[in-house]
Amino acid sequence: MDQVIGNISVLMTAPIFNFGLLIDGLLIGSIFALAAYGLALVWGVMNVKNLAQGDFIMIGGYLTWCLGRLGIHPLFGVPVAIVVLWVIGWVLYRTVISKVITRDLFTSLLATFGIAIVIQQGLNLTFGPDTQSAQAQLPTWEFAGGLITVTATRVIGFIFAAILAVAVILFMKNSRMGQAIRATAQDARAARVLGIDTEKVYSFTFCLNAAICGAAGALVAVVWNVQPFMGTTYSIRLFVIVTAAGFGNLPGVIAAGFGMGVFEQFGGFVLGAQFQQALIVLLLLFVLAVRQLQQLKVRQAVQ
Amino acid sequence: MNGAALQPLTFWLLLLFGVTAPLLFPAYTNQIAVLWLMIVFASTWDILGGQMGYNSLGNIFFFGAGMYVSAVVQIGLFYDVGLYTSGARTIHIAFSPEQYFIGFVLGIAAAGLVSAALAVAVGWIVFGLRGPYFAIGTLGVAVAGAELMASWEWVGAASGISMPVFPGGPEAQKLFFYLLLFGLAFALLLFLRWLYSTNFGLAINAIRDDEEKAEAMGLHTRRYKRTAWVISAFFLGIAGAIFGNMTGFIEPRDIAFPTTTFNIFMVLMVLLGGKGTLWGPVVGAVVFHLIKEFTWTYFLGWQFVTLGLLIVIIVVYFQQGIVGWILEKYPERFGVKVAPKEPRSIDGQLAAQPEGAE
Repeated sequence: MDQVIGNISVLMTAPIFNFGLLIDGLLIGSIFALAAYGLALVWGVMNVKNLAQGDFIMIGGYLTWCLGRLGIHPLFGVPVAIVVLWVIGWVLYRTVISKVITRDLFTSLLATFGIAIVIQQGLNLTFGPDTQSAQAQLPTWEFAGGLITVTATRVIGFIFAAILAVAVILFMKNSRMGQAIRATAQDARAARVLGIDTEKVYSFTFCLNAAICGAAGALVAVVWNVQPFMGTTYSIRLFVIVTAAGFGNLPGVIAAGFGMGVFEQFGGFVLGAQFQQALIVLLLLFVLAVRQLQQLKVRQAVQ
Repeated sequence: MNGAALQPLTFWLLLLFGVTAPLLFPAYTNQIAVLWLMIVFASTWDILGGQMGYNSLGNIFFFGAGMYVSAVVQIGLFYDVGLYTSGARTIHIAFSPEQYFIGFVLGIAAAGLVSAALAVAVGWIVFGLRGPYFAIGTLGVAVAGAELMASWEWVGAASGISMPVFPGGPEAQKLFFYLLLFGLAFALLLFLRWLYSTNFGLAINAIRDDEEKAEAMGLHTRRYKRTAWVISAFFLGIAGAIFGNMTGFIEPRDIAFPTTTFNIFMVLMVLLGGKGTLWGPVVGAVVFHLIKEFTWTYFLGWQFVTLGLLIVIIVVYFQQGIVGWILEKYPERFGVKVAPKEPRSIDGQLAAQPEGAE
């Protein structure tokens, strides 16, 4: 407790630290926003809540880490992860997801939870439970007399995430497939009547989501670190972001992603890093409770 | 033979097996004890998941809560809990048999009651949530419980608590906990049989079928949901207290709040056996436990990968469950009256229509 108060007083007396945490939070939040966008996409289009989202990210991260160990610059991990995860997404879609789309939501939730366990344990058996990080050997910049440090990897991660997000958004707006995806999200039946092959749209959406996660994972491995069991934390984080923003609300998802990054930086600084997961879970419960109160206003239930 | 006649017989057979099993298979007493625990897990999950249609992923929270409550009561009655946990590595504290049993009985009672009270509190947060939000919300509760306990020094944080040692030989200990778990499972099944035959059972089934309509018919759905959750939590709390003493050591992430093992086993066992029936969870628990023991023995290291694959296979391809499948195949043997073919098919069409219209 004393430590917490001490940390808060540090933030109060040296406001420059706030600024540093804010920058860090925004840079990391960009990656969250990218992956959350993928989750919102699958959720909105296929009505499948993918609990294996965080584990896709971990696969992307481990691919990048492997490339780094082979002497290839880890930033090349981004395109590799996109391709590999696209293929994994396609296989999973064919074998599992295509069979649960029409079923109730709990079925898809459990099925993806099963996939998450397989991926988690598979990674654990292959790479061991240690925390790994891909070293990019890039400089660290200092500002304000060393009080604010910004690592180049985080800035590059931010730029990559921004480029990818813009590319995906432009794709969804302008391309034929993007239009088909949006049409399916609005009304799958009507889209089918108008001649859109919704099965293909679903398959494409899931693959696209997996690829987005792969890219995010590659960035996570460079900027931060990866560990087989961290996937669950990422899944919960992304779920919080999407639930808070609402899955049809793209600017909201991005804003909530940044918010999540900033919240975690401050929370981690004040309470200590070991409370990170607990903080995220508490935030989830908080967001769900708030949503519920909002619904109560709309819906008068018998108590 | 109809369903009403079948049930008491099944109970007698179960009682017979439960009492004679430790004599017939002395080498497997512990495994069978865990099997009874699994039956408790599956049956308590089914109260909400099967009968009420609320799929929870956080029931394990009450198991862990019960475990910790009983530990704190058992130790706290005679020693200072904070000193006990911080000195666990250096000093050995022995409990006299009298102290042990008084603590144990009070611990179990407290575990059940506190878990039930927690269910009221948690229910207040989660029961406004529907469908997958409910599942995620309850999962959040369970993970939060684990994280909270893992960072709370007073109850030993992540390194856990060593429970008081059972006064008596290892054989007596095995038998003692076996009988407790068997008694709990048997009592639970009798209780549920009675519960599902009352108006309460009908009410929670109505909530499952259509909550809005149930509400419109004047059922206080929140009250029913909370009561069902409290019943589930009460039994899980007691199970947690017994299991904590049986293992002799409790720890937050893998024993008290194992979100990826016991927690998910509950759901799987019910799905495998058949949701929304009294015996489905029991059958599911037996089959699942056998599969689990087999893979844990022969595929060690890969057991969780197998588990994940099992989840996917059961959920995607075999969701009606064993009992569900049998009921569908031979309904008349269970006293279920089969309506003539024609109205049934109309029913089917009516039920299918909203889905297609979506």
